Amino acid sequence: MIQYVIRRLLISIPVLLGISVVAFFMVRLVPGDTVTAMLGNSYTPDQAEALRSKYGLDEPLIQQYFLWLGNVLQGDFGYSQFTNTPVLDAILARLPITIELAVLSVLIAIIIAIPLGTIAALRRNSKFDYGASMFGLLGISVPNFWLGTLMILFLSLYAGWFPSGGFVGLSESIIGNLRSMLLPAIALGTAVGAVAMRMTRSSMLEVTNQEYIKMARAKGVSNERLIWRHALKNALIPVVTVIGIQAGYLLGGSVVIEQIFGLPGVGQLALQAITNRDYALLQGTILFIASAFVIVNLIVDVIYGFLNPQIRY
Amino acid sequence: MSDYIMEVKDLKTHFHTKKGIVKAVDGVSFKVKKGEILAIVGESGCGKSVTSQSIMRLVGDKKSEEVTGEVLYHGEDLMKKSRLDMQKVRGKDLSMIFQDPMTSLNPAYTVGTQIAEMPMIHEKKGKKSAWNRAVEMLTKVGIPSPAKRAEQYPHQFSGGMRQRGVIAMSLACDPDLIIADEPTTALDVTIQAQVLDIIRDLRDETGTAIIMVTHDLGVVAELCDRVAVMYAGKIVEQGTIEDIFDRPKHPYTQGLLNSVPRPGSRERLKPIEGQPPNLHDLPNGCRFAERCPFVMDQCIEKEPDLLEAESKGHTVACWLEEEGNNDGDRGNTEGRGTEKVF
Ligand SMILES: Nc1ncnc2c1ncn2[C@@H]1O[C@H](COP(=O)(O)OP(=O)(O)O)[C@@H](O)[C@H]1O
Ligand SMILES: [Mg+2]
Repeated sequence: MIQYVIRRLLISIPVLLGISVVAFFMVRLVPGDTVTAMLGNSYTPDQAEALRSKYGLDEPLIQQYFLWLGNVLQGDFGYSQFTNTPVLDAILARLPITIELAVLSVLIAIIIAIPLGTIAALRRNSKFDYGASMFGLLGISVPNFWLGTLMILFLSLYAGWFPSGGFVGLSESIIGNLRSMLLPAIALGTAVGAVAMRMTRSSMLEVTNQEYIKMARAKGVSNERLIWRHALKNALIPVVTVIGIQAGYLLGGSVVIEQIFGLPGVGQLALQAITNRDYALLQGTILFIASAFVIVNLIVDVIYGFLNPQIRY
Repeated sequence: MSDYIMEVKDLKTHFHTKKGIVKAVDGVSFKVKKGEILAIVGESGCGKSVTSQSIMRLVGDKKSEEVTGEVLYHGEDLMKKSRLDMQKVRGKDLSMIFQDPMTSLNPAYTVGTQIAEMPMIHEKKGKKSAWNRAVEMLTKVGIPSPAKRAEQYPHQFSGGMRQRGVIAMSLACDPDLIIADEPTTALDVTIQAQVLDIIRDLRDETGTAIIMVTHDLGVVAELCDRVAVMYAGKIVEQGTIEDIFDRPKHPYTQGLLNSVPRPGSRERLKPIEGQPPNLHDLPNGCRFAERCPFVMDQCIEKEPDLLEAESKGHTVACWLEEEGNNDGDRGNTEGRGTEKVF
């Protein structure tokens, strides 16, 4: 198991290297650069040149890339050219917020998906099932930023139950933290929950038709145990895969949601970096998000192996 | 109280489908004595599995499934039991072995866990002692290094091993009656023989009665005490092994016997011609009439009842056996398969 995790991490190194290449060069394809963004509208070409050479931006791209990569490998992500603070510090300061948002979103997705999907499967073609299908369809089709905006409008501005934005740290107040995170997590998690719910339903339908479920009934197992123990563990296998894939989209979605709810997370940082053409910062955040993706996939595979004993590491 | 542990009376299982009512089981009655092995034989699709699952009440919960009749277990009607009470009977007093061991074990749990679950739910045993029971059961069914095997998952077992595991599971709470639905059909021939040996040994050792569902007359001859022959949802003949194999009365039974090789016999096999009737469009008369070499007008008009033939306990549902039709010139079964009456 530990061996497997190590092997998987080793395999992910080339993936991350590839991403570093893409991140580095893509960032530079965006029109304009750090210097033009810094100087604003009125500057002389000389000023620009001076700044470019100060940051080493006049060197050949390949050389810049290897210089950056070499530093990253030593744990030095460089300085934000805009704020002059270390990139790593900026990312690490915001990472917990994004992680909390992602984890909460996935939790909400699971809390929605598994009971709803399971009950829908058990009461197939009932009103409950139709309701769940409707929710599934809506959840997938409604864009998260729209849902987020609606919730701010109704639950924050009209009802006043939640703050309309801003972030309260966990260390300040747990309740306050949850209140500030709940709406963004729902906005982000609903779509994931909807997809996972549909998967749970169809997977559960398939599993409950299996012979081993009939066998379990013949053993005298109660209906509850039959569903939540005998069937669910098998039915969850494809659900975990789907949630894993969705968690990737979730990282992307956090960029928008953090912006709407004013959460100072990595997504918001990435957006700032793009606006400012802040190369080092942008490369750093992309690399972090990609690593997060790799880790999420690894976690999914480990859970998958736990659910499905036929997978051997 | 009688010496029968189970009496099934006029069991009917009808499925309401879009095409109409499928009368998969249509008035089946039989009795099982303590410690005996009763065979239910018949072609596939004649309703054997539905019969077994109806007894266990694994069929009958859905709106489309209509089960009627009585299933007396020690004189108590299982059909009248509440869902919860039935749960307590299943696995503890009555247990079941399914046909395909590849699919009847849960792939997500170890074999030991699945066996140990039985004493845990039925006898409220703790984890440890339930586990010990699981290992003990695996030993009983002849699985080598049972302690290690108990910790393995079904996919690590071969087909024969899995079926032993299933048998171990069915025995874990020491049931009075086991319903085995074609337990060897999915296995290789050599493995089949081993599994049959295990079943016989266990019966001899524990005195558990067994309903052995099969389409294999070889299995019946080797293992069983009494036989019920089923055709299109009904029992057409019932008797001891000797009754059925040496003095078969029903033309269908005779046809079945003629269609399998008998040791030492050089005769050509004569398969029964034709197809069994559609279960949602059954004839008014005898269900076998269309394929029967001795069909008479009476057979088309009215269904025969299951009545006692010459010896006690040997029952047949055939107009030929009714008084007046039995003119005594049908003593020799050999020639009968060939003449065609219609
Ligand atoms: N749930 C069901 N709905 C409709 N028909 C069914 C159902 N289950 C079984 N049948 C039909 O009942 C008949 C008997 O099936 P079964 O008992 O499985 O036969 P076998 O004797 O081979 O075990 C078959 O014709 C089958 O198609
Ligand atoms: Mg069958």
